[in-house]
Amino acid sequence: MNRQRLKAKLIKYFLQSCGSLSIIIVLLIFLFLFKEAIPFIGSPGITELFHNVWNPVSFQKEEFGIVPLITGSIVVTLLAIIIAVPFGIIGAVYISEIASPKEREFLKPFIEILAGIPSVVLGFFGLVVVSPLIKDVFQLNSGLNALTGSVLLALMAIPTIMSISEDAIKSVPSVYKEASLALGASKLETIWKVVVPAALSGIVASVMLGMGRVVGETMAVMMVTGNSPVISFNPFSSVRTMTATIAAEMGEVTIGSNHYMALFWVGIVLMLMTFGLNLISYRVLKKYGLSEK
Amino acid sequence: MKNSTFRMVLLAFVMISFTIAGCAKKDKQDSKTKKNITIKGSDTMVHLMSSLAEAYMKKMQGEQISVTGGGSGTGIAAILNGTTDICASSRDMQQKEKDEAKGKGVNVVEKIIAYDGLAVIVNPENPIKELTMEQIKKIFTGAYKNWKELGGSDQPITALSRESNSGTYVFFQEHVLNKENFAPSVKLMPASSSIAQSVGQDKWSIGYLGLGYTKEGNVKVLNVKKDENSPAITPNHNTVLDKTYSIARPLFLIFNGEPAGVQATFLEYAMSPEGQKIVEETGYVTLK
Repeated sequence: MNRQRLKAKLIKYFLQSCGSLSIIIVLLIFLFLFKEAIPFIGSPGITELFHNVWNPVSFQKEEFGIVPLITGSIVVTLLAIIIAVPFGIIGAVYISEIASPKEREFLKPFIEILAGIPSVVLGFFGLVVVSPLIKDVFQLNSGLNALTGSVLLALMAIPTIMSISEDAIKSVPSVYKEASLALGASKLETIWKVVVPAALSGIVASVMLGMGRVVGETMAVMMVTGNSPVISFNPFSSVRTMTATIAAEMGEVTIGSNHYMALFWVGIVLMLMTFGLNLISYRVLKKYGLSEK
Repeated sequence: MKNSTFRMVLLAFVMISFTIAGCAKKDKQDSKTKKNITIKGSDTMVHLMSSLAEAYMKKMQGEQISVTGGGSGTGIAAILNGTTDICASSRDMQQKEKDEAKGKGVNVVEKIIAYDGLAVIVNPENPIKELTMEQIKKIFTGAYKNWKELGGSDQPITALSRESNSGTYVFFQEHVLNKENFAPSVKLMPASSSIAQSVGQDKWSIGYLGLGYTKEGNVKVLNVKKDENSPAITPNHNTVLDKTYSIARPLFLIFNGEPAGVQATFLEYAMSPEGQKIVEETGYVTLK
C-alpha cells in the first residue's frame, strides 16, 4: 500500500517536472542570451547597437548598428502577412463553410504538407523559380529582394493562418448561421457579416501566430533576400533580416568578441519580438474564451 | 505494466549516461595520437580538401578525416575555440585573430598547400570584357552604380559578394578593395554557387568567386588589368602561377602547434606530387 502511494507520488513529480520543463528551458535560454550579451554594454557601449550601419567585418571600423536588421525583418514580415492573410482567411472560410466534406478531406492534408516543407527546399525553389519570376514581372535588375522573401514566407504562414482560422470559424455556434439564414440573408452575407466577425478573435490570433513563425524563419529568407544591410522600406530593395544575420555570422565569430555579443543582442531583440507576438495572440484568444477548448 | 515502463526509463538513463561518459573519454584523447581528425573551414577549399582526404584515407587504412565547410572565418574560429584539428583557410589570419589565438594559448602554424585565382564574373549578355583593379574596387565600394560609367550599357549595377564569414570575402576586401568597406547595397550570398546562379540569371550583375566555380552556371569571366596601362589578363593556371593575374591567393592549412601524427602525414601527402595532382584536377593551382 505504502509502496503504491510512493509510486503515485513519484509519477506525479515526474509529470510535474515534464510540465514545467518548457518554462525552465525558456527561462534558461533568456538567461543565457543575456549572460552572453551583457558585457557589450560595458566595452563598445549599448548605444553602438542603435546606429544605422551593420558592418561587423571591416579593416576600418566595425559597426554593430542593428537598425537595418530590424527594419529588414519588419519589412519582410509585414509584406508576407499582407500576402498571406487574404489567402489564409478566404481559404479557411472555404474549407469550413463552403467545401463539401469530400473536398475538405482532400484539401486539409495538402495544407499540412505545405506546412511541412523544409524551408531550405522552399528557399531553393525561391532562388530558382520565384526570384527570376519576380524579376521579370516587375522589370527589376535582380530578383533578390524583400518581396521574393515575403512570397516564400507567405507560403509558410498560410498553413498556420488557415488551420487556426478554420478552427475559429468552425467553433462559431450554428444557431448564428441559422438565424442569419432564417432572416433571409444569403449564404455569402451570412459568412462575411455573421460568421467571420464572430470568429474574428481566432482569426486575429492566427495571423499573430503566423507572424511569429515568419519573423523567426531563417533559411528561405537568407537564400533569396540578397542580405544587404540597408535601411529601406521599398519591397524591391534587398534586405538583411535578423535571423539571416545570426545564421550567416554566428559560425565565424570568436566566442566572447564584440561581434559575438552583438549577435546575441540581435537574438534578444528577435526573441522579444516573437515573445510579444505570441503574448498578444494568447491574450486575444483568452479574451474571447477560445483557448479553453 | 507500469513496472516495465519504469525499467525502460531506467535503462534509457543508464544508456544516456554511458554515452556521455564515452564522449567525454574520447575528447580527452591526445590530438597528436588520434586516428580521426577533422578539417573545417573554407567553402572554396571544401571540394579540394574532401578529394585529398578521400585519396589519403584510401592509402592509409584505419585513419579517418572528416571535412566540413562553413567559411574560412568559421574554420579559424573553430581552431581558436578548439573544435577542429585542422583549419582550411583561403586567407591568412588577421593580426586581430593572431592576437586572439595568443590569448587563448593557441600556437597557430600556417602552411600553404595550393593557390587559387579569384575570377570576376558577369552575365554573358553584358558587353563588358575587361576591368581594371581600380574599377572593380569602385564597383564594390559603391562609387560606380551604372554600367555606363564603365563604358557599358545604361543599366544599374547589381554587385554580389559572399557573406562576411567567407575567406573569399575578406581576401577580396583586403586585396581588391584595399581594406575599404563593401557598400551596404552589395548583396551578400550564402554560397559561391548561388553567386554563379544569380549572375547567370541577372543580366546586369557582377560577382566574384574561386576559379574552380566558374564552370558552374552560365557566366562570363572578365579579364583583369592591374592598372590602366597593363595588359588585360585572363585568369588561368599559368597566369595565377606566374603572378601576372592580380587577384590570386594562397590556400592554407592552419594547425594548432607544429603538425604531428596524422596531421603531419596528411600535410605531407597534400604537398606530395600525388596530392598536388589532385589540386590540379580539382581546378586549383599547384605550388609549382
